[in-house]
Amino acid sequence: MAVKVIIPTPLRAYAGKQESVEVQAATVGEALSAVTTKFSDLKKHLFSDDGRLRSFVNVYVNDEDIRYLQKDQTSVKPGDTISIVPSIAGGARR
Amino acid sequence: MATKIGVPAAAQGDGKPSATLSKEEVLRYSRHLIMPEVGMDGQLKLKQARVLCIGTGGLGAPLGLYLAAAGVGHIGVVDFDVVDFTNLQRQVLFGTSDIGRPKITAAADRLRNLNPDIRIDAIEERLSSENALELFRDYDIIVDGTDNFPTRYLVNDACVLLGKPNVYGSIFRFEGQITVFGYPGGPCYRCLYPEPPPPGLVPSCAEGGVLGVLPGIVGTIQAAETLKLIIGKGEPLIGRLLLFDALAMKFRELKLRKNPDCPVCGNHRTVTQLIDYAEFCGIRGEEAPSTVTNIPEISPKDLKARLDRGEDLYILDVREPHEYQICSLHGHLIPLGELPRRVHELDSSKEIVAHCRSGKRSADAVQFLQKAGFRKIWNLKGGILAWSDEVDPTIPKY
Repeated sequence: MAVKVIIPTPLRAYAGKQESVEVQAATVGEALSAVTTKFSDLKKHLFSDDGRLRSFVNVYVNDEDIRYLQKDQTSVKPGDTISIVPSIAGGARR
Repeated sequence: MATKIGVPAAAQGDGKPSATLSKEEVLRYSRHLIMPEVGMDGQLKLKQARVLCIGTGGLGAPLGLYLAAAGVGHIGVVDFDVVDFTNLQRQVLFGTSDIGRPKITAAADRLRNLNPDIRIDAIEERLSSENALELFRDYDIIVDGTDNFPTRYLVNDACVLLGKPNVYGSIFRFEGQITVFGYPGGPCYRCLYPEPPPPGLVPSCAEGGVLGVLPGIVGTIQAAETLKLIIGKGEPLIGRLLLFDALAMKFRELKLRKNPDCPVCGNHRTVTQLIDYAEFCGIRGEEAPSTVTNIPEISPKDLKARLDRGEDLYILDVREPHEYQICSLHGHLIPLGELPRRVHELDSSKEIVAHCRSGKRSADAVQFLQKAGFRKIWNLKGGILAWSDEVDPTIPKY
């Protein structure tokens, strides 16, 4: 089923500058996999080498954090929105 | 020991604000008083409230202004920095005449001019594990307007340990996040992000920059949330993460849950005192990157000398196209993020000098190319900024 994955600003450069991507998926895991297959540069920003979602990146289905649902097994239905929400600290450039 | 320069105007006798409003105060706050949501009760709560604003930069500017305007009786402002020319794009508390002054002094002057009746504590300190708890004790609400991960975690942990709400706001380019952490029963920052990103993994300085008005919007929302917490009206952002996209002009909201396993605020707490946050964020380990990883460097003067001698050097510019438009060394542009995919465009038999704005991204590029087998590769030390300083001052700095 078609779900929208929202790409947050800090990661848009690695997703062809798009702010969201439509993918076919039945679970959050499948959706993220589809996105990182399409944009391979995005993978290392979302996943560590052992394939786990990085701890400073949260994923939501609509407005619920997947850590409190079924994590990457959380099922998605048509029209759902998956949001990737990374930790951001501020705009000052170091 | 925190250094406080406070001017307790309108405090009476024991130093606490009085439980009434003067005739002047009634007039000043009349637009609050005529609304039932605030009224005299609300305004008195504001007068007796004590709010500490950490950081008086992009977020701190509207925050300080609106809290002072609203009549928060005791405002503390913490910052150790000095006003810089590049701050004026967004830090609207300051003016051109403030450049070079400590931010805290400029901020206090501006806020006291706006509202001479309230107490402003100007705290010129770098917040640390050594001073945070003592500093926070005198205030009811802490507002986090900082710009780095270690301080975010420090402020969070100190607030949870002291049981004080932390009105959090953060920004990146065109996006903002706002919520209220640390409210009793509500989530804290570590519930949302148990760990910070390791340094170097967060998008590089090319991805940085910020639309000046964005912290203005987010800081103002932080001020609104602070006022609501004080007067006890409306729905504060406890357990709610507000996401703002200024380009799309859209607000979204996500649910924030308190994590029962959170090491700071959960059921089995393991963090019971403040820690070394620089270490927690991995920064200590990154203190001397170039010596540890052996990046060959060339200074701008040496590069100029070699080019003048007619040497065939390939200048690789790893910045972004919009930076190339500002200024360039007429190098070949392959943005750092594209380098892995475009490495075949480079000839490893040639001597390559990589540069970026300040030398950090190009150091990463050199490291990457070394791993890809390139042997004749140099990093331009200090980047195009150093080139402007040492070789060609007509190149603008940005």
